[in-house]
Amino acid sequence: MRNNIVFLNGIRFLFLVLAQVLIFNELNFMGFINPMIYVLFFYWYPIRTNRPLFLLLGFLIGLIIDIFSDTLALNALAGLTLAFARPVIMRFCFGANYEFQGFTFKNTTRIQRITFLLFLVLLQHVIFFTFEILSFSHIVLILKKILFTGIITLFLSVLLSSLFAREYD
Amino acid sequence: MQRIINFILHYRDAFLYVLLLVFCLVLTIRSHSYHQSKFFNSSKSITGGVLSIKTGINDYFGLSEENERLAEENTRLRFLLFNSGKTDIATKEEPLFEVIHARVVKNMYASPRNYITINKGGTDSVEQDMGVITPFGILGIVENTSKNYATVQSILNTKSNINAKIKNTNYFGSLKWDAKDYKVVQLVDIPRSATITVGDTISTGAMSSIFPEDIPIGVIKKYDLNQNQSSYDIEIDLFNDMANIKNVYVIRSKDRKEILELQKKTENEE
Repeated sequence: MRNNIVFLNGIRFLFLVLAQVLIFNELNFMGFINPMIYVLFFYWYPIRTNRPLFLLLGFLIGLIIDIFSDTLALNALAGLTLAFARPVIMRFCFGANYEFQGFTFKNTTRIQRITFLLFLVLLQHVIFFTFEILSFSHIVLILKKILFTGIITLFLSVLLSSLFAREYD
Repeated sequence: MQRIINFILHYRDAFLYVLLLVFCLVLTIRSHSYHQSKFFNSSKSITGGVLSIKTGINDYFGLSEENERLAEENTRLRFLLFNSGKTDIATKEEPLFEVIHARVVKNMYASPRNYITINKGGTDSVEQDMGVITPFGILGIVENTSKNYATVQSILNTKSNINAKIKNTNYFGSLKWDAKDYKVVQLVDIPRSATITVGDTISTGAMSSIFPEDIPIGVIKKYDLNQNQSSYDIEIDLFNDMANIKNVYVIRSKDRKEILELQKKTENEE
């Protein structure tokens, strides 16, 4: 069971990096929208987890995508922060009982899961696009990118997460 | 001591986070003003290899269109060749510029700092600071090379700064990008005394040792005096479709080394 989880998350890691780099970074929908679907790694990752390992993995998935797309450390920054902030977001979306042993994604409602995903996507996009430009005079451009890319990322992530729905936690 | 260690162990997640965060922030903020990192970029053999497999597949979908474009360029070059009085392609004179053909394996234009990866590197004598052009106009400057790949700093990069002029005049300015639209770049520092009309062609200037003079860039879309009314800010529509670039040429300038040495010498003497 344990090996199975390691294997599954390894495959997810690889699959998400390749999908992001080879497919979604090439979309350029409407000229600027490249959805960042690797956010699903943070959505799918087991709830009860070794926290330092999760931080390192979040950092690594971002860094590898950065190296491929020459956006050095932007994705790593977003990934790292997502991994760090995930417990807070989960407590907010699922209530305090997510910390109990019996908690799985099966006993959450669809709305709760989508809200969880929404907050992950929002945090990721705010960090990524703010640090991408880092200039106050481009604030409209930053907001435009966060809004449109965020919507498309959320849409695709919801689709992909139901396509590859998990069997267990 | 024990308490300090306990304290660190207790907050080890936060410490790890801050450590990695500082690392990321340093890299990110450096990337805003300095050169691209030498170690982490897409010209490396693993990243370049993966990306070139992807391009190998993708390219099949645009073959006929790309053929058409190259044939068009050939026609234009043949026209120039026949009308220049020489019909022999091989010239005996020492050429000023050498041209190396390359293919784009990764193109991006949605970020404020865009880099393009091409499939020629050190083994094909591509080096840092060589100019890169497409059949239609200028593309960027080589920034990092590995054995088989190189990354090119695109003109769509807020760090890019290329000498450009209004064609057939001697008014020079620098070409920049404000990260807003991938079809439009900005030309600044053209003096107020220049006569400008919408539709004028902009080309590379002679002040650069990277590009040959008169490589087309784009046409003037609109212009305005800048804040202190002393020079023009000009918006330029690019000739290149930056979203669709496959075949590019890397330009190796024979004089560049000499020019740089001379400049260095003069600076040292001062």
